Amino acid sequence: MSFPWAQQYQPSNPLMQWLDERLPFPRLVYNAVGAGYPVPRNLNYFWNFGVLAGAALAVQIITGIVLAMHYTPHVNSAFGSVEHIMRDVNYGWFIRYAHMNGASMFFIVVYLHIFRGLYYGSYKAPREMVWLLGVVIFLLMMATAFMGYVLPWGQMSFWGAQVITGFFSAIPLVGEPLRQWLLGGFVPDNAALNRFLPVHYLRPFVIAGVIILHIWALHIPGSNNPTGISVKTESDTVPFHPYYTAKDAVGLGVFLLVFSSLIFFSPNLLGHPDNYIPANPLSTPAHIVPEWYFLPFYAILKAFTFNFLWIDAKLWGVIAMFGSIALLFFLPWLDRSPVRSTNYRPLYRIFFWVLVADVFLLGVCGMMPAEQPWVLLSQLGAIYYFAHFLVILPIVSRIERPLPMPNSITEAVLAGKGGTGPTSSALATPATA
Amino acid sequence: MASTSETHAGVGEGPRRRDFIHIATVSFAGVGAASVVIPLVSQMAPSADVLALSSSEVDISAIQPGQAIKTTWRKQPVFVRNLTPEEIAAADKVSAADLRDVQTLAERTKPGKENWLITLGVCTHLGCVPLGAAEGEAKGDFGGYFCPCHGSHYDTAGRIRKGPAPTNLVVPPYEFTSDTVVMIG
Repeated sequence: MSFPWAQQYQPSNPLMQWLDERLPFPRLVYNAVGAGYPVPRNLNYFWNFGVLAGAALAVQIITGIVLAMHYTPHVNSAFGSVEHIMRDVNYGWFIRYAHMNGASMFFIVVYLHIFRGLYYGSYKAPREMVWLLGVVIFLLMMATAFMGYVLPWGQMSFWGAQVITGFFSAIPLVGEPLRQWLLGGFVPDNAALNRFLPVHYLRPFVIAGVIILHIWALHIPGSNNPTGISVKTESDTVPFHPYYTAKDAVGLGVFLLVFSSLIFFSPNLLGHPDNYIPANPLSTPAHIVPEWYFLPFYAILKAFTFNFLWIDAKLWGVIAMFGSIALLFFLPWLDRSPVRSTNYRPLYRIFFWVLVADVFLLGVCGMMPAEQPWVLLSQLGAIYYFAHFLVILPIVSRIERPLPMPNSITEAVLAGKGGTGPTSSALATPATA
Repeated sequence: MASTSETHAGVGEGPRRRDFIHIATVSFAGVGAASVVIPLVSQMAPSADVLALSSSEVDISAIQPGQAIKTTWRKQPVFVRNLTPEEIAAADKVSAADLRDVQTLAERTKPGKENWLITLGVCTHLGCVPLGAAEGEAKGDFGGYFCPCHGSHYDTAGRIRKGPAPTNLVVPPYEFTSDTVVMIG
């Protein structure tokens, strides 16, 4: 599970020795995130985001448990109970704003974490399982965030629930009955709201479980690094504690700074004012959009406005939207290049940055009304997204000639190139020995 | 017979008595576990009180030609629209066979009551309430309803003409109990 030079857990305290012989839990922690886990010495700050995602999940669980003590899952009182939390409960405004913006922070750090994995090829062998479990966590997060957004029972909550459960009705034959079964009614109503609370409350613990599997799978090959070169000798690594606990603490400080400025200075920046209007099943807000973290996928959904190949536009949209995420499961096998780090892949690097730009474009399209030119742009953006993974990536990884790579992490570090961040210039100097 | 099978027990020729017991036990436990799934799955379906709201009565006497009202049936919005002769003519002028969801206005209304278009106010794409029922709302490119969520346009017969929605606005089951009262459901 680790490198042969990993430090051994040797408790000096008699109590810890006694515990270690009976339940070696401290040993597990020591080997997982302590001095017993050797990590490449050249990790840059992009390697902070895994720990930050864990911190964000912890914030969501703690604030969520507290909010559940004051919230009522009933259509007549849900909206009022949220206002009660905001106005009457001691520090309720703080806890709710922390939970609301905590969701956004969680997605920001997870998107950066995914970006890191994509850029440095952390999804490639032997870390495919780490990546697959990560995509599962991402899907669970999206479902959890959606259900949480429904709970305040404002206009956006209601219409979000209507649209998102509407995805299921696109499935031929069983779609509409399935949707009614999920909602417990013909439209989102009390049955739906009431069941969303326990599921929303349960999911973070499921996520925590999958995170344990994610870290377990990571610890078999060990962490990737900015060069993408595998660890060869002890000089390539340093113990996780204190080196990366300290580095992660710096990142945690920055994370909390950004998080606090959102909570205290612009708590509603990332929300929609319409959600402060109680749910009205008879009137759809003029412009409904999901939370920012769903926008690129929403744009792909909206890109299909016509039927083709015997499948109607609605089903195409839903297939494409789910497909855009499901595609990530196949990424380790679509990218055939043995070189992990994009720093050594001059051709792929160009397409990588085009993909990043494309996702941003889709995000903007998702926010805009279903009018031209946004419909056309989201169609082009969606085509490019799929083309990147299904056409460009397999071809590029076949024809590309990678740049010369250092022989080891140590060599790269001593040459001053070990922790190179993502570069956008195709002319970035190759790391030479 | 019994004695023969007992002498062969454990030799591996054909099923043994113990194999039968294993299969019977696992099958019985499996059936038992599967039967518990039925209530656990079924409890999610619409409950009796939700299903009980199955019909609504609407007084349509005050709706002038060109006007529409919103009412509800099974907690879903319903549009009741009194079509003007021009709107009927516009709907009839279209060749129904060219539509995405082939239906004529006559098939979507009751005989002799062709001016009363009663549909669910639920876009068949992802369920938003289309605009066009209330005074001054956008009616889309075809003068009927327009769904602002994802841009579906419906014509004066509530048929899908443009945008992502797969089918026409749903006509719920209804009947006229008198000239001015409609029973939906």
